[in-house]
Amino acid sequence: MLRFTKDHEWIRLEDGVATVGITDHAQQALGDVVFVELPAPGREVSAGEAVAVVESVKAASDVYAPVAGRVVEANAALSADPGLVNRDPTGGGWFFRLSGVEEAALAGLMDEAAYAAFVENAA
Amino acid sequence: MAESLLSTPLADLHAALGARMVPFAGYAMPVQYPRGIIAEHRACREKAALFDVSHMGQALLEGEGAAAALERLCPADVLGLKPGRQRYALLLNSEGGIEDDLMVANLGARLFLVVNASRKALDFAAIGEVLPAGARLSPLPDRALLALQGPDAGRILAGIAPDTAAMRFLDVIETVLDGAPAIVARSGYTGEDGFEISLPAEAAEPLARRLLAAGAEAAGLGARDSLRLEAGLCLYGSDLDSTTSPVEAGLAWTIGKRRRVAWDFAGAARVREELAKGPRRRRVGILPEGRQPARAGTPVLKDGAPVGTITSGTFGPSLDAPCAMGYVAPEAAEDGTAVTLDLRGRPVPARVTPLPFIPHRVLR
Repeated sequence: MLRFTKDHEWIRLEDGVATVGITDHAQQALGDVVFVELPAPGREVSAGEAVAVVESVKAASDVYAPVAGRVVEANAALSADPGLVNRDPTGGGWFFRLSGVEEAALAGLMDEAAYAAFVENAA
Repeated sequence: MAESLLSTPLADLHAALGARMVPFAGYAMPVQYPRGIIAEHRACREKAALFDVSHMGQALLEGEGAAAALERLCPADVLGLKPGRQRYALLLNSEGGIEDDLMVANLGARLFLVVNASRKALDFAAIGEVLPAGARLSPLPDRALLALQGPDAGRILAGIAPDTAAMRFLDVIETVLDGAPAIVARSGYTGEDGFEISLPAEAAEPLARRLLAAGAEAAGLGARDSLRLEAGLCLYGSDLDSTTSPVEAGLAWTIGKRRRVAWDFAGAARVREELAKGPRRRRVGILPEGRQPARAGTPVLKDGAPVGTITSGTFGPSLDAPCAMGYVAPEAAEDGTAVTLDLRGRPVPARVTPLPFIPHRVLR
């Protein structure tokens, strides 16, 4: 199940573990990503909490947890190669994984078509 | 994009090149093109980049007493500026604060000024107020300004205007480019060799297209900012404002020798006292450890106590590391001083370092 937030994160839920990253639209808007600060595994986060930071040459932006959960993994590859966020935002450029996420928690988020329309309207 | 924004004569070209436009000082300006800030930055350091800086204020200052009048606001030696030469200068207020930084060129019979976009109305009004009856200031709102910067800039422009080939850093000439009357200065805002070319609005796009076809890469305000920061150059509104003095900013070198004898410019009392006793803060370079950029507003601490603030910070693509500048108390301003940055609540070690971060490669 793939869902999107108004803050331009994506969240993919598989077997109770949710993977979170920023959307292709978000990485394009940010430009070249030069640094990513990730949450420590074990941290309990609530929905809407700022848990990561993504920095481009120009500016720093917060990345929010789309749902509540417990951080089980952060993408170590981003420390050495933050440009992965630009090259593969919805694949290798993922930010962190949350456990203990119920499918119902994603109910308020947008599906792919709704997110595309949201981005279109905001432009 | 809000409709109230002004556009430059290159707006159609920016659209055709796929630029992302942002509001800046009342203008819609390209922040980057599709290849992105890092690629544009590297193009400028490695070959050549073309920037549209037509938002900046251009003006001619001429007539009896014009240079002497400008010296009332400006501690540079304007009267001693030779024909065909350009100089970096500051406009000061009566308290010794910097109202703007600008380039002044002597075109022979008149002076040519280039000021910051966000300050041009204020600057032109302030200069107008000190002019004697025989002198006049004529803003040039219908002229474009292109910056061609990088190690290939000289070769590229010489192919179009052979008379630019003999120019050295801070030389300025009036010439004809593609049939249009142009003012060409060998200077810029990147630390690289290059030119700033003033020309009539309608001539800007044809020339820009020729420069791009000859190998220059279009670059936006994003790369312009990372290039100038690596080069240790100030951005008005971030690193300089009307409370900053030339001494605090490390720009006392712009004060002419003769001016340091007469002290006959606005704000001279503060400048003189700070030169004698030292300023209460100094602009320094700051290199954070690690990879995270420290942005404007980041607090700087030494031994746990606040000593200053970052005023500009980015990730330097040529440095391949974050770099910043800011103001710190004199006791923390020494090269090599260990400081701590409060990066969004996280302490990050950093070091005070000399500027520039990337050595200038201008053609002296």
